[in-house]
Amino acid sequence: MAKMQSTLKNMVVSLTLISLVASTALGFVYEFTKDPIELSKLNKKLDAIRQVVPKFTNNPNDEMFLIPTGEGDSLEVYPAKNGEELVGYAIKSYTDKGFSGYIGFMVGFRPDGTIYNINVLEQKETPGLGTKMVPEGTAEKPAFKDQFKDKDPAVFALKVKKDGGPVDAITAATISSRAFCDGVQRAYNAFEKGGLK
Amino acid sequence: MNQMNNFTKGFLKENPILVLVLGTCPTLATTSSAMNGLGMGLATTFVLIGSNVFIALLKNSIPDKVRIPAFIVVIATFVTVVDLVMQAYVPSLYATLGIFIPLIVVNCIVLGRAEAFASKNSVWSSFVDGAGMGLGFTMALGVLGTIREILGSGSIMGYKFIEGDGILVFILAPGAFIALGYLIAVVNRINKA
Repeated sequence: MAKMQSTLKNMVVSLTLISLVASTALGFVYEFTKDPIELSKLNKKLDAIRQVVPKFTNNPNDEMFLIPTGEGDSLEVYPAKNGEELVGYAIKSYTDKGFSGYIGFMVGFRPDGTIYNINVLEQKETPGLGTKMVPEGTAEKPAFKDQFKDKDPAVFALKVKKDGGPVDAITAATISSRAFCDGVQRAYNAFEKGGLK
Repeated sequence: MNQMNNFTKGFLKENPILVLVLGTCPTLATTSSAMNGLGMGLATTFVLIGSNVFIALLKNSIPDKVRIPAFIVVIATFVTVVDLVMQAYVPSLYATLGIFIPLIVVNCIVLGRAEAFASKNSVWSSFVDGAGMGLGFTMALGVLGTIREILGSGSIMGYKFIEGDGILVFILAPGAFIALGYLIAVVNRINKA
């Protein structure tokens, strides 16, 4: 087949056809992958919730509600229930004060307001320093976030020692530690404001 | 051209990263561990093969003056397919590679092979070229990722062999440049020999 000449008609026809075929193909792929993508996102969210609240039997995603933060946006709250009994709330919080900006959290509270566990969903902190906020600790070697467990932010001020609070900051990552406190505080504010206590 | 030659040139003689030094942006950014490097490499390989084959097929029906937009549409289609499929079936890998998957569209290697090779050669040669170049790219990313992971995190493919952290600079951007520089030097030495 001879090479097509670069006339206006040829160019328009060829580009249109290629784009048409490409978009049709993409439409099919999109339809095909839509459900698995939804499912994997939902599973990821449920996994995060599962880590921060006691064992539950309901589907917190279906009972999600929003609590406005007073800063112009609202936080997602996922109630966790074991049978009929309310065992905790997972609140999806964030902070923009991380060393590299945005950090997303899932903070779990017991109904009495104490923190059950905290999970970092998304962060871009410095590897080896700020990233120490992510891992779970063990009994012998507690991690940074373990000091928040079972604490009630009403009496346990969410501030690092440098700012006069009780929180032991991560070595060489005070900004990340402060941001962590900020994110948890935001979740707790929503918890209080929503009258969940 | 001999097909075997055509395939193997991507590994050492014309390795896209280590000799042509194309597509260094995703290379430096995604090779903080061997797994990430390999994932990125394989995603790019798929796009390379797909776009090379389609462009070789269509080369006579694409007028010269609009060839670049036409190539980009074909490449972008394949990248979007990879993007959606990864999101659906390997969400954890997608979470770490994230933004770099859509950026395969503007990876110089993909458009470079389309322009320099696929638009002038047969479908089969283009397929072989895409596979060779893609696997060469994957190999370079895998090696670089492995080196950085061993030095930076003290682990191989996610298995820690030391307690605590490694030499942290190697997981950060400067370490990527240092490791890539030495790798290029080594490959230059081999090629010259």
